[in-house]
Amino acid sequence: MRQGGLARRLEGFAFVGPFLLLYVFLLIYPLFLGIGISFHRADLFGARQWVGFDNYARLLADPVFHQSLINTFKLTLLIVPALTIVALALALALNRATRTAAVFRGLFFSSSVLSVTIVTLIWRFILTPDAGLVAEAMQALGKEPVPFLSDPNLTIPALAITTIWWSIGLPMMLFLAGLQQIPGDIYEAAALDRAGRWTTFRRVTLPSLRRTVILVVMLQTAAQLQIFGQAQLLTAGGPSGSSRPVVLFIYEVAFGRWELGYAIAAAEMLFLLVLAVTLIQYWAVTRRETEQ
Amino acid sequence: MASLELHDVRKAYGDTLVLDGVSLAMEAREFVAFLGPSGSGKSTLLRIIAGLEMPDGGEVVLEGRRIDRLPPGDRDVAMVFQHYALYPHMSVRENMAFGLRNARVPGDEIERRIADAARILEIEAQLDRKPGQMSGGQRQRVAIGRAIVKHPKLFLLDEPLSNLDAALRTRTRVELAQLRLRVDAAVIMVTHDQAEAMTLADRIVVMNDRRIQQVGAPMEIYSRPANAFVASFVGSPAITLAPAELLPGEGAFARVRLASGAEVETRVRREGLNGDLRLGIRPENLAITAPGAGNIDAKVELVERLGDRTLVYARLPQGLQVTAQDEGSSRVRVGDTVGLRIDSADAHLFDADGTAHHAEPAA
Repeated sequence: MRQGGLARRLEGFAFVGPFLLLYVFLLIYPLFLGIGISFHRADLFGARQWVGFDNYARLLADPVFHQSLINTFKLTLLIVPALTIVALALALALNRATRTAAVFRGLFFSSSVLSVTIVTLIWRFILTPDAGLVAEAMQALGKEPVPFLSDPNLTIPALAITTIWWSIGLPMMLFLAGLQQIPGDIYEAAALDRAGRWTTFRRVTLPSLRRTVILVVMLQTAAQLQIFGQAQLLTAGGPSGSSRPVVLFIYEVAFGRWELGYAIAAAEMLFLLVLAVTLIQYWAVTRRETEQ
Repeated sequence: MASLELHDVRKAYGDTLVLDGVSLAMEAREFVAFLGPSGSGKSTLLRIIAGLEMPDGGEVVLEGRRIDRLPPGDRDVAMVFQHYALYPHMSVRENMAFGLRNARVPGDEIERRIADAARILEIEAQLDRKPGQMSGGQRQRVAIGRAIVKHPKLFLLDEPLSNLDAALRTRTRVELAQLRLRVDAAVIMVTHDQAEAMTLADRIVVMNDRRIQQVGAPMEIYSRPANAFVASFVGSPAITLAPAELLPGEGAFARVRLASGAEVETRVRREGLNGDLRLGIRPENLAITAPGAGNIDAKVELVERLGDRTLVYARLPQGLQVTAQDEGSSRVRVGDTVGLRIDSADAHLFDADGTAHHAEPAA
């Protein structure tokens, strides 16, 4: 070892130390603490009673939890593909150096800086059947207003639309960044190669954006499996649980029914679910890459 | 049949004129180099021919068909880009096949053309690799292959050698020269490197300041430059342009006096010359002698020994820098005072607006 090797290594640790400490205390420790609590009957005041896998067994048999899982999947499946496609379409349309494009980029991104409370309020004004924007428009056309927030078949789409509008900014920016990385001369080569617009998009643009698409889908899947604020504020999970996602279920169990052990068990299940989905996506992607 | 014809092509970006009435006619299978400094408009002209830029006026005609309003893919031209512009996610084979598939060429025909091109360019072993796994030289070959398989009527090469290292550049230059003999099409190459233009092209189009300055065979450009720009741009090291004054006299040929007082008898006809002139002398026409033995004396500032010859950069008493050539075994050193003997038989005269007047060949 070189002279001063130990000192240098300590110096390195000194730099990462503060972050590592926070990371361990705020994430790793609670993770394991949570696993521990999930095997107990526990409340928020520290009462603990060992119940083994009882909480997990209850969850697997709980129809409310099942419903929230299904709602979460529905929302994720509605939001992620639509969000990806819309964000890509916007990025393609706005990937130019004009002033108008810059203004629209700002406009579409602006929703991302709003808090979920504001976003939900805005969409409440739009969707509410009494005097909402959509309702007024429908009435002007002589049609009945649609009860977006009270019809069990419409609450999930309403939540999906709200979420897409709110979250469109980041994926759009990621796609724009991806598009800027594509060298202009390969588009010129494609023009000389007689590629039409669709062929150019499918054979040149899309393959060049592959990594960005993967990134957006993985990030959004992980995010939407944990959807919460919009559901709580827009519909409160109702009517009759038709729009209750898993995180809202966890929240209600923990802070409504004070069953901390049961809630954490559900949280651990969600954690495993997110981890599994992300790993499967990662595996599917890297496997294809090594095949190529 | 004529290959490419340009009629009065004009192009401006906003208020900035970049091409000002460019006209040119190429013969079948001719190799033409557009030579000029950056900003001369040569790349813009190439892109107008390719269809990547629209001219503001004028016509582009290829083998009798007007093409300047057609999309790039319908023009029967193929282009090799400066940075190759290969599709990074496609294999070499797919890169070459892409344009042919879009043109609905039958599959077996595509295979045949790719195999031919790969054989000529010696990239058969790399057909299934991606561009990212290849060296610059190999990518260059793929880019050329992608152009060849299209069987175009005109090849457009945009600075094709500029991204290669010196050794590879010389080799690729030879290969390009051989390649053009195999293809049944005209070739335009844009370059700022006169050695490339001189060695490869049948004719050179020298461009500067938005216009064609001269069109001619390489040696013609070198020995009979149309104006002072062409004279100083072509030839390395550059020609010396020395201010000179026409002396009155009776002879058919002009006699001039340089600022140093030295008088030079040229073989340029006296008619049409007047006022301020510049005498153009190539280094090979400026020999080193003992001080006082030549036309002028000069102080040596830099000596470049190239082996077979020595280039001597010297300064005249009036401050003008000149480049002379001496034999390889020259003993001249920096700081020496030497004599310069002007071989005036090949000297050119340029008048105030730069127009050249050439020496008449000795009878």
